[in-house]
Parts: sequence; structure tokens; C-alpha cells
Amino acid sequence: MNAIEVQGICKSYKNYRLSDVTFQVPKGYITGLIGPNGAGKSTIIKAIMGLVKPDQGSIQVLGHGAEQGEGRYKQEIGYISDESIYYDWLSMEQMKKIIAPFYPAWDETAFQRYMELFELPLRKKIKDCSKGMKMKYAIAIALSHNPALLIMDEPTAGLDPVFRRELLELLAEYILDDQKTILFSTHVTTDLDRIADYVTFLNRGQLIFSDTKDGVLERYVLVKGGKELLDNDVRREFVGVRETGIGFEALSADRGGTVSMFGDSVMYQQPSLEDIMYFTVKEARLRV
Amino acid sequence: MNILLSHSSGEPIYWQIAGQIRSAILQGELAPGAALPSIRQLAKDLQISVITTKRAYDELEKEGLIDSVVGKGSFVSGGNQEFIREQQMKQLEKQIRELLDGCHSISVSTDQLIEWIRLLDQEGGK
Repeated sequence: MNAIEVQGICKSYKNYRLSDVTFQVPKGYITGLIGPNGAGKSTIIKAIMGLVKPDQGSIQVLGHGAEQGEGRYKQEIGYISDESIYYDWLSMEQMKKIIAPFYPAWDETAFQRYMELFELPLRKKIKDCSKGMKMKYAIAIALSHNPALLIMDEPTAGLDPVFRRELLELLAEYILDDQKTILFSTHVTTDLDRIADYVTFLNRGQLIFSDTKDGVLERYVLVKGGKELLDNDVRREFVGVRETGIGFEALSADRGGTVSMFGDSVMYQQPSLEDIMYFTVKEARLRV
Repeated sequence: MNILLSHSSGEPIYWQIAGQIRSAILQGELAPGAALPSIRQLAKDLQISVITTKRAYDELEKEGLIDSVVGKGSFVSGGNQEFIREQQMKQLEKQIRELLDGCHSISVSTDQLIEWIRLLDQEGGK
């Protein structure tokens, strides 16, 4: 079953557009939405939240159409925006008093616990909070109404490595119950290398792939070898190539084919999601 | 039972998990009927994805080493003593082959080896 179904979404802006983006976010798992800055991650997330109206296509969230006016299903969503969406001049306590009544399932004990865990002083004004503190506050708010679906837009931007690890731990705890779903956009893919179950990759408003992370990592292979092996036919086999005076490094999306082509003449490595993103994005830039 | 993963070894994570649980079962550290951690708990503790963990359990289930009961969790299988014995023998065979290779490389004959093993066995202990 899917918590979110994005079907053929198109949206044109002046300088860029989303073209025919289709993917699913399966219920009970963590899905990572990756891509470089400007890939369309935030636009897709806003469309899922009903904040952006697509030109074409449809989006189903927890069984409801996202474009409809009816917003009650949003109680089931914990949304963490990539920018601070709170009133700056209020304290965190005051802001919470405004937000909490919107959620019948608000759990004040949980909220207090998160505030303590994240070391957030309730009386501090939001404008005096650091970027990291604001993000922690947004996470505390989102988790305190026990949502079935957590949507996070770049949650780890502005967080130090210690809290980033703690957040990943929190997310794993949150999906212990197999009814909960997380969609998580980031360009810091190391966060996802470990815990993501599914990965959806956007570049320049287009879907590159949407698959299980294990499937993606098994399909791609990183090849390192001597320059003399590269000619135009060979280059075409790769998603992207990085050439230097002392050899080349290239990404292939067909591990089996590449291994049978090169045999023992090159070195093979397991790429990370970052490697996959780097070579794909770099190549797309060259082709424009 | 401990499970320790290496993210830099190049060996797939699901394979490492399956391997470590398998040897715990084969060595009798996990007795038939023993409950394994839930897939989601294990994924959380290892900070890896649920799907990777599930794959490790699927692998062990296919080998007949564990049984998964919907809603209850996964347990070490009791019915497959023969398979376990077979796996243990296989592991031993591998070690014997290595031993033979070692003997051949320094010109120790098989008879000498057997004699040597008898001698050590009579001495008892280690």
C-alpha cells in the first residue's frame, strides 16, 4: 500500500519545470527524495501538501486527493518545511499554543519531552533561535501530534552531525510501528545511505529513478581504470565519467554489463548515493 | 548474539546480517525456537533500512534456518536439524581443504597429517 501516489505531475515556472513526475511512497517505510539544489524536490513536496497546484497530473495522500480543498487529512501529516514557517516574534511556547489546537491528537506530554530532549528553551523567541534550533522545534511540533505520515523538506540542513544522527535514530523509532511513513528530501545523501528503504531521485524537474535503495545500489557500479581504456563507445556505456591525467572514474547503471565488458582490467567499487547523484547531475549539465 | 556490521567491507549488509545469524544458529548459540529481534527493531538498532533487514531474514527463511510467523515475529527453526548438521559438516570440510592445501605447500604427506592429528587428539585438550 502507498501513503503517497504522485502521478504524472507537470508544473511550469518561468525558468524551470517539473515534467511528468511519477512515483510512490510506500506505507511503513522511509523514502528519501534526493537531487541537487533546484531539482524540484521542494516543489513536489509543496504539491503533495497542496501548497502548489500542478498544471497536470494527480496526487493522492493517505487516500485523499491533495488538490482538493478538504484539508482534514492533513492532521495525519507532520510537515517540516525547509524554511521557518513560524511567527518570529513569538516564543516557542506561544507558537505552540497557536498550533496545538488545530490537532485533536496533540500530545502535550510528548511535546514537552521532545523540547527537553532537543534542549529547546520554551520561552526563547523564535527570532533568537539558530537555524538548527528552529529545525528541531519544527520536528518537535511535527512529532507531537502523532502523524501517520511525516514529510520533511531538507530536515538535516543546518543541523550538526550529532543531532543529525540522533534524528535518524528518532525516525527509525517512529517507523518501528509499521503503520507510519516518512518522506524525507535532502541533498545530504549520507543521511539516507543507511536508513532509507526507498530512494526517489529528481534532477532538473525529471525523475531519474524511484526504487528500493538496495536495488539502486546493486544496479550501479563505480569503475576506476586507466585512461587508455576510454574511447567514445566506452564512454557511452557510462552514466558519467570523470577523467584526469592519471586515469578515469565512471559510473555505470548496469553492473552486469560493465563487469562483462571490462573483466579484470578495471577496479570496481560500490557507489554511494552521492556518487550516483554526482555523476548523473554532472553528465546532465554537459548535455545541455 | 551480537551483530556487528562493517559499512566499508564491500560485503552487502544483508549478507553480513544473514551470515552472523546463520553462524549463531549453526554454533548452537541460538537454540531452536529462540526468538529473533523484530525486523524493525533490528533495523533501528543497526541504523539500516527495514528492507535490508527483511532481506537478511528472507534469506535465512529460504535456507530453512528460521520461521517467520505473521504478527509474532521470527524464530529459529526447530525442524531442520539435518540441514544444520549438513552446514556444520560443510564448514568443517572447508577447513580440512585449507589444511590439506597448507600441507601440500610445505610437503607434508596426507599420512603424516593423519598421524599428526591422532597424536594431537591423544594429547587431549588444546
